[in-house]
Amino acid sequence: MNAVLQAANVGVRFRVGGGTWPRQRLLTAVEGVGFTLGRGETLGVVGESGCGKSTLGRALLGLVPLAAGTVSVDGHRLDRQSDARLRDLRRHAQMVFQDPQGSLDPRMTVGQSVAEPLEIFEPRMSRNERRARVAGVLSQVGLAPAHADRYPHEFSGGQCQRVGIARAIILKPSIIVCDEPVSALDVSVQGQVVNLLAGLQGELGLALVFISHNLAVVRHLSTRVLVMYLGRPMEQGGRDDIYGRPLHPYTRALLDAVPSPEPGRPARVPLAGELPSPLAPPQGCVFSTRCAWANDLCRRARPALDEARPGHQVACHRWREWPGGVPRRED
Amino acid sequence: MSARRGVWSDALRRLLASRAAVASLVTLTALCVLALAGPSLSRYAPDELDWAMMGVPPDWVSGHWLGTDRLGRDLFVRTLHGARISLVIALFATLVSLLIGVTWGAVAGYAGGRTDALMMRFVDVLYALPGIFFVIVLTVVFDRSPLLLFLAIGAVGWLTMARVVRGQAIGLMRREFVEAAVAAGAGPARVVFRHLVPNLAGTVVVYATLMIPQMILVESFLSFLGIGIQEPLASLGNLIADGAAEMEIAPWILLAPAGCLVIIVLCFNFLGDGLRDALDPRER
Repeated sequence: MNAVLQAANVGVRFRVGGGTWPRQRLLTAVEGVGFTLGRGETLGVVGESGCGKSTLGRALLGLVPLAAGTVSVDGHRLDRQSDARLRDLRRHAQMVFQDPQGSLDPRMTVGQSVAEPLEIFEPRMSRNERRARVAGVLSQVGLAPAHADRYPHEFSGGQCQRVGIARAIILKPSIIVCDEPVSALDVSVQGQVVNLLAGLQGELGLALVFISHNLAVVRHLSTRVLVMYLGRPMEQGGRDDIYGRPLHPYTRALLDAVPSPEPGRPARVPLAGELPSPLAPPQGCVFSTRCAWANDLCRRARPALDEARPGHQVACHRWREWPGGVPRRED
Repeated sequence: MSARRGVWSDALRRLLASRAAVASLVTLTALCVLALAGPSLSRYAPDELDWAMMGVPPDWVSGHWLGTDRLGRDLFVRTLHGARISLVIALFATLVSLLIGVTWGAVAGYAGGRTDALMMRFVDVLYALPGIFFVIVLTVVFDRSPLLLFLAIGAVGWLTMARVVRGQAIGLMRREFVEAAVAAGAGPARVVFRHLVPNLAGTVVVYATLMIPQMILVESFLSFLGIGIQEPLASLGNLIADGAAEMEIAPWILLAPAGCLVIIVLCFNFLGDGLRDALDPRER
């Protein structure tokens, strides 16, 4: 496989509390995440709010410093020492944000926002050429070139997200990290934006990292899926394996939490309890406090990320007990 | 003006809907025109002594429309001259404090963490020093040129501006568009001057408008104490000082410059209020 994005053992830590006076604690937001992604592939990253999905996405672009591990995009390496090489990296890796309106500068026209990466990386490009490029990407995302002179507040959320996507593709990057790109949009518009992303991916051969808590959207877009909990990878593998035969109880719980359109079937509450504080993660397996299958071993020792099948990894002590996937709990 | 020219045209429309702000704007414009062109309307020069007319009350026949002072100088001309100097000093002092304050505050807000803490503690320390005392020392050390006066006042006045801007900048730094700019490859200078400062412009404009009258008052106060503008140059402050000395016998000598000062200060305050309402982001 021709990998464009490789992440190995990525870790991110934040200092919290204390302010200037050093009474700070370290919060581990992401730990031990690794994957490779080839051209045209999509990695879906799923998990509850606060599980470190967004932080992982930002770490991949160097927006938050890495505490451990390496990321390489098209051969540009990023690790805890890097700083100067970030510029090169950003040429090849761009991001689409969650809040479509909030990610556009309200004092800039849409055209100025879209042109900004070009101004930074191609400062000698002529104004006319730049305008032509902006018009080009705007029509690629389904907007009219005339929209370039308008301000973000004149657009709907879906249109703003198209602008955000136009800004991300103008440099012809090899990967785009999408951080919950559709969760702030109406359902009808979500579909359009998702299809736009999928279309552009095919057209440009992009690798996408698609961060979302919407399992249906991830299933639609992804080739591979990474399930995270409390900053750690729980399970990752091909889409059909993850959705069809999940080997981790947490994945099963997430899948079961999706409301069923079948009438008469009561809503299930498969996950009890709250997400533990990332400042004080549980001993042993981080999921053990909420796992229906947890035993003493789970509460004592942290499971390694095992290669259960080729390309399908799971961090659970008991995955061998359910070769066909974690069974549904009938209660 | 087309309907889709962004936030500034919206703000302008709202500003023009506010009666107090429009009245202030008209009055201020008229006053500025008068301060620039007015002295030539009168047949007297600001430092010309009219030996036949010393300390006369307002008199239309002789052309001393607001009367003369103790030395026979025409008060209409002197007041407008004083207003001109006071306004120029206030504008430049505001500009100086705007430049320092916005840059300082935006950089502190952008950098955050330890840099921010250090920069703001520096501001706190300067705050603790009595500003007027500082200005007095500066004017004494650097001679009493009007040029240095506004530099000195401006150099003291930027502190609050820096605080206001820093607070706003911290708020903006949390917005996604700043992160989007960084992700697009923008460096620190670009983030500060292309993204932070334009978004701060509303607050800064309002605050600057409210700062001009303060600056006029500081200048007047210094001139009143005799360490600002020196005779024979007139500023509103030393005119008021002159008038205050005679206010029991010849109240018009005080009333002309004092009235002018009150009008200017009030107008700027009303205008600032109007701008604040017009630019209020919560209404958008």
